[in-house]
Amino acid sequence: MDNTQSFRFFHRGPSPAVRLVFFAVLSLLLLFIDARYRYLESTRSALSVLVSPIQRLATMPGVLWQQTGDFLSTQRSLVEDNRSLHQQHERDAAQLSQLQALQQENQQLRNLLALPQRGALTVQPAEIVYAERDIFKRKVLIDKGANANVLIGQVVMDDIGIVGQITRVYPWLSEVTLVTEKDHAVPVQVLRNGLRTIVFGAGDTSQLSLRYMPISSDIQDGDMLVTSGIDGIYPPGIPVARVVKIERDPAYPFARVTCLPVAGVDRHRHLLILSGLPKLPERPAEEPAAVQNPKTKPKK
Amino acid sequence: MMAYLAPANPEIQRPVSTTLIVFSVLLALFLNGLPWEGIWLMLRPDFVAVVMLYWCTHKPLRIGIGLSWAVGILADVADASLFGQHALAYTLLAFGGVVLHNRLQMFDLRQQTTQVFGILTLTYAVYALVHWQVNGYVVWPYFLGCLTSTLLWVPLSLMFRAVRQMRVDRNHQ
Repeated sequence: MDNTQSFRFFHRGPSPAVRLVFFAVLSLLLLFIDARYRYLESTRSALSVLVSPIQRLATMPGVLWQQTGDFLSTQRSLVEDNRSLHQQHERDAAQLSQLQALQQENQQLRNLLALPQRGALTVQPAEIVYAERDIFKRKVLIDKGANANVLIGQVVMDDIGIVGQITRVYPWLSEVTLVTEKDHAVPVQVLRNGLRTIVFGAGDTSQLSLRYMPISSDIQDGDMLVTSGIDGIYPPGIPVARVVKIERDPAYPFARVTCLPVAGVDRHRHLLILSGLPKLPERPAEEPAAVQNPKTKPKK
Repeated sequence: MMAYLAPANPEIQRPVSTTLIVFSVLLALFLNGLPWEGIWLMLRPDFVAVVMLYWCTHKPLRIGIGLSWAVGILADVADASLFGQHALAYTLLAFGGVVLHNRLQMFDLRQQTTQVFGILTLTYAVYALVHWQVNGYVVWPYFLGCLTSTLLWVPLSLMFRAVRQMRVDRNHQ
């Protein structure tokens, strides 16, 4: 009698192997759906309601540490900070009045030439709740979510330049993919000569790179890259990166250009979410769109 | 000290309250969610994986593959990883724990560590494999977490044993 194997005193449901196969297949199915079609965002935000209390609690030690630091900062450093901020403010005020004059002039010129006006941007401050939780990714989570009308695709910057783009919105949080995330693309222009190109994140380091730049292209060390605004996602003229290294190897058709982000991508706590970008006219559908990788959205 | 590392067979039969299990999993999710950065993020043990493995090996009839999968889904939401990435890894982890739980009971804690290292390596490898399939690259320092997670096994087991012992003592008074 070899039925001792299958005989059981207690009913314990399916065997571990059956469960393993069932849940593994279920996971793979979910992975496939999430990676390819992104149908599960609503489920994710519903489940995040369960998880977010734990997440909020987990940020408390960091917040407490920072508050203690704030509390213990000496009067001398506060006075110094205050003085330098005052100086900065005066310098900025001078530049701002100039900027207003230029804006007026620009508006008149655009009127004369019948060009569309550049809309004013509205900004919404946000604070980083935590940074890159997953070692694979360069993402941060900020404390404004669907409750503050944050939308997927909005641009996030700090006081100097572009930091990243909102890629996922939860009820109270949203996820910002940093410009240094691998294959994250930003359409840019070289400020010096207006050369149009696209800057990509390098992924494992906090660097960016320009791909497909012909060896002969006019680009120099220290060139500033600003957003070109061609895609309609990034507003034009915001600093993104500075070129730090150019390798021109005649064996390859393209130069290797390494850039560093201008904004404190890994440093600051306070960020600004931009909204109110002007709508561009619809792109004419002349050819079937190429297979779109969901990771590299703003590919012009 | 050595006596602590001895096999703890009577421990296996001891009851565990659901509160302790739920609390330990929530605490593990909390510890995973602390703002780890840079080198510390690489060295961070996967607390959830180690806790789930502990319960799968000690209470395989209560905490099994299905619950591990559900915890994995929560971990996916918390980590903003792909849906099913942690879930798949923890399913395999739980399978390893449930299948090997009889064998682990035969060993003392030091010998258990090598078995646990194998299971955790498999879990980490599955997670990295999925990432490699989707994104096309692997971050090798990620596997450091596998070592630190294994190192966590002994203190965690001792801690749970102490907590459960405390409950038994209280009930016998």
